[in-house]
Amino acid sequence: MHQFWEIISKADNVPIVIMLVLVCFFTWLSFREALKYDRARAEGKTVKQAVYAEEAGFPERVAVWPHLVRQEFLVAIGVTIFLMLWSIALDAPLEELANPNVTPNPSKAPWYFLGLQELLVYFDPWIAGVMLPNVIVVGLMAIPYIDINPKGSGYYTLRERPLAISIFLFGFLFLWVLMVCIGTFARGPGWLWFWPWQHWDVHRVVAETNIDFSDKFFGVDSASPMGFWIGLAAVALWFPAVMFPPLLLPSFRRSEFFQRLGIVRYLVFASLLATMLATPVKMILRIFLHVKYIWVTEWFNV
Amino acid sequence: MDVDALKKEVTTSQLWRSVMRHDLEDNPRTRVLKVMSNLFMHLHPVRIPRFGLYLKHTWCMGGITFFLFLVLTVTGTLLMFYYHPVKEAAYADIKYLEFDVPFGMLLRNMHRWAAHAMVISVWLHMYRVFMTGSYKPPREFNWVVGVLLLTLTMLLSFTGYLLTDDQLGFWAVTVGTNMARATPLLGHEGPFGDKLGMTPYNDIRFAMLGGSQVAGNALLRAYIWHCIALPLIVAVFISIHFWRVRKDGGISAPQ
Repeated sequence: MHQFWEIISKADNVPIVIMLVLVCFFTWLSFREALKYDRARAEGKTVKQAVYAEEAGFPERVAVWPHLVRQEFLVAIGVTIFLMLWSIALDAPLEELANPNVTPNPSKAPWYFLGLQELLVYFDPWIAGVMLPNVIVVGLMAIPYIDINPKGSGYYTLRERPLAISIFLFGFLFLWVLMVCIGTFARGPGWLWFWPWQHWDVHRVVAETNIDFSDKFFGVDSASPMGFWIGLAAVALWFPAVMFPPLLLPSFRRSEFFQRLGIVRYLVFASLLATMLATPVKMILRIFLHVKYIWVTEWFNV
Repeated sequence: MDVDALKKEVTTSQLWRSVMRHDLEDNPRTRVLKVMSNLFMHLHPVRIPRFGLYLKHTWCMGGITFFLFLVLTVTGTLLMFYYHPVKEAAYADIKYLEFDVPFGMLLRNMHRWAAHAMVISVWLHMYRVFMTGSYKPPREFNWVVGVLLLTLTMLLSFTGYLLTDDQLGFWAVTVGTNMARATPLLGHEGPFGDKLGMTPYNDIRFAMLGGSQVAGNALLRAYIWHCIALPLIVAVFISIHFWRVRKDGGISAPQ
């Protein structure tokens, strides 16, 4: 526990603690605002009445000078004071001169990439370090073109866009923020898992045998041709297995959601969703069933 | 001496009037002119919806991100006066900043903490924009620009990490750039990389580092990306981002 305190109070880790507090606070705040709005709507108020509920009697628009300019000025002063105090209280870390011959254990990427480094436990570098970051950036950019629900533009609501918000919160809170925190606070020497009360022992060895998917479930050597085809089938079937079941339901095909979305948008959305969901699925397979690779080929492993 | 007469003399002079286009009486007309006739103020509209002022609605995270970018530009420029991006000098320059330069430690601290804070504030800005659905039409493209800015912010921070030339920066950047080895087709350890003839001496990681190791060339490249190329690119995208906020109808509001 003593060492855990040392880790979270390390100068470079303090921002992560601050981020965690802010993310929790703003999640609470946006939920509070959304629930307030949803309640007002349930009582039969219009969108505008629900959003502007507290402003009855005030003009809807205000002059930027002085109202907004004053606020910007105050925030700028506040941020400056905060940065000054932070910089007086805590010194930026500076370790010894770079030395390619002395590898620290653990070696960690900058903190905001630790979520990706954490995924290296579950995926090879070409997926965790190259493919997934690109899918994340492209997927984020695609959001406005996939989520064509016209409701919930410009105000907080949960009830009017439950799907979009749950997918985003899952990705942001669990697959990004939580992974960054795990990578920072729970991963010690050898990138082994350490609970807060455990000492980061550099000599710790964890006996763990991970075996490939086809060995585990079919008793087929993953390096054999048969193992190759089993792995290929498992990976190739994952996407249709996520994407197509809803399409088989006539009620889904007739639904307003699907009608508006159209087949192309739906397939883009579903394939991005399948990629996103593959991450926790592989993590669960690895953690609970000790599965190493799903698909082993001579060029790459998945 | 008649102060009012003097004031009138000054404020009606050609010199004064060439700079200040309007008087400063507090009335609705000058409130508009203060925004319209000033380069920096005219980024704003003249009027905004009242809830655009509410911190519980905007979290002020976009504004804070921009302010931190300005803080980083100023502190970064000052740091550049004391820093040589060569292996022989870089680490010693940081020590010099910490122990000899007046307020050098404070300067370096502010730059580092503002950088971390900017990464956090840009994430939170994205979080807010998502939660209020502000990427919806007609603001789709500005969300795309925002995602690019978020990526560029992390790249700015990443390139800055190496510049201290200490163990922390060296290994963080080594771990980070080792990923590039595994790039499909373009990395020597990536899928099909060897089929394209990739080796540690010609693959994408070599192009990023200017070598097969994180060494002098990598330091110089990181420095140029960090201090010149990325800030310029970010400045262009920030301009587009702000301009589009106005063109797309200002802060998002329920219709």
